[in-house]
Amino acid sequence: MGKIELTKVRKSFGDVHVIPGIDLEINDGEFVVFVGPSGCGKSTLLRLIAGLEDTTSGTIEIDGKDATNLPPAKRGLAMVFQSYALYPHMTVRKNIAFPLKMAGMDQAEQDKRVERAAKVLNLANYLDRRPGQLSGGQRQRVAIGRAIVREPAAFLFDEPLSNLDAALRVGMRQEISELHQSLKTTMIYVTHDQVEAMTMADKIVVLNAGNIEQVGAPLELYNNPRNLFVAGFIGSPKMNFITGAEAAKHNAHTIGVRPEHISVGDGPWEGVVGLSEHLGSDSFIKVDVNGIGVINVRGTGELHVHHGDRIKLAPAGKIHRFDANGLALA
Amino acid sequence: MARAVTPRRKLITTIAAWAVALIIFFPVLWMILTSFKTEASAVANPPEFLSADWTLENYAEVWARSDYPRFFWNSVVISVGSTLLGLLVAVPSAWAMAFVPGKKTKDLLMWMLSTKMMPAVAVMIPLYLLFQRLGLIDTKIGLVFALMLMNLPIIIWMLYTYFKEIPGEILEASRMDGASLWGEIVHVLTPMALPGIASTMLLNIILAWNEAFWTIVLTTTKAAPLSAFIASFSAPQGLFYAKLSAASAMAIMPILILGWFSQKQLVRGLTFGAVK
Repeated sequence: MGKIELTKVRKSFGDVHVIPGIDLEINDGEFVVFVGPSGCGKSTLLRLIAGLEDTTSGTIEIDGKDATNLPPAKRGLAMVFQSYALYPHMTVRKNIAFPLKMAGMDQAEQDKRVERAAKVLNLANYLDRRPGQLSGGQRQRVAIGRAIVREPAAFLFDEPLSNLDAALRVGMRQEISELHQSLKTTMIYVTHDQVEAMTMADKIVVLNAGNIEQVGAPLELYNNPRNLFVAGFIGSPKMNFITGAEAAKHNAHTIGVRPEHISVGDGPWEGVVGLSEHLGSDSFIKVDVNGIGVINVRGTGELHVHHGDRIKLAPAGKIHRFDANGLALA
Repeated sequence: MARAVTPRRKLITTIAAWAVALIIFFPVLWMILTSFKTEASAVANPPEFLSADWTLENYAEVWARSDYPRFFWNSVVISVGSTLLGLLVAVPSAWAMAFVPGKKTKDLLMWMLSTKMMPAVAVMIPLYLLFQRLGLIDTKIGLVFALMLMNLPIIIWMLYTYFKEIPGEILEASRMDGASLWGEIVHVLTPMALPGIASTMLLNIILAWNEAFWTIVLTTTKAAPLSAFIASFSAPQGLFYAKLSAASAMAIMPILILGWFSQKQLVRGLTFGAVK
């Protein structure tokens, strides 16, 4: 079981209100990702759930029991930190066994669980090494191993892949997703990387300045963003926003068109290509459109346009409409 | 920009370092040489750097005239005891200051250190009277407490510096893993800070070993350590420089040997945190 419920949770540091008040329900077995820009309060929210920070007010319930004032160890949660936070003076075996030792588990059971975790995480050959003798990816696996042996109610991940290089990050991302599928335990994952959020989450929680902007499945957020912030934050490159006469034609204050929903060739928007990036699989171009401004376009495959070319564009997908307050119009 | 180390610069710095080292070491060298001279040669004018007739007589006489093993044992108990007791108090204090600092933590640290600037003689009378009332005069336990209190600011400062280097996330991880505060300090913090704790221990043993003011003021015979042993050779009948030197050499030799073998650890300890 790993249902977590936050009711009116607030956190202030002196006069700074990092979390002004949050209500959130995380169901058992869900993979929930907290995403948002730097300083939006996502790590603080995770630390409040972990018990590493005290709430200013509000309640945190874990499996129906009030855990607001429980110390971290009594909450039945396990956490994987960005810096791995391994114990450098202990071997991998002792690192993984540490929470079991603290729980007073007998040695035979400790050994059994450590061996099992090591097998799952491909660490069997490294059990007698120290963290300093491991690569970044292996260290992260040890940190995950230390979390899974406890069989917690939920796993908390605080930007666990940020310290890894790009190639390793993709691999570890998949490993964590597979782990979730096999363990079926609740996972809360904090990241500022929306690709991680989109690919791993059952449910994404988009945070901005300590407030929840929207909660939903990845494609729900992509297709139906509730406001300009979510529309701009989810999707890469970011959604194009157009105001003025062009928006008025659609009875909106602002319209949003995703770069991948614009076709090149014929259309009502005409402009000059500024920057063009050709990746083979995709082409990214910036076009300065007359009367609208700079529009980002993402084309599949090779778009044969270059700097200085005059081209025409047309919206070729959903046009998102927003009112003057930035909220989406039906 | 880093300056290039040319052979000439290296030569100059090497000569300068040797010169400074010799100036600092010279009194110790002079003392050791004097301890092997006759009393007449020790007070000769002009001074004799090398004596005409070397002798071991001073050591033999000092050994015969006093109970060196008892003074030595008292020094060991007092210096090691005060350091261990100091660590027992300082580890939790430094932990609190490093990991759960308050608004005034820095001020508190500065205040603690400032007590080291106070002349010891300023608190001599109250401390002496306090020791007298408590029956602690000329007891090893009394000196252990007194020297622990004298060196506590330095022990806390040094440990605080080491603890600050330990990432807070590792301690948080241990808390998530179910470690109690005691478990966190014993299983995670202490083993990680062990090199720092060892340096702090060594330095404080040396400081306590060399302490002369309180050890002489607060002892008479029973608990007197080696500092009092040296002082006992400056007799009212006159100064016997050769014997005084032999006694001094015997008093500093154990700590000199300890310092020599642990110099790497000591240097690391004293410069830790100074360069990042």
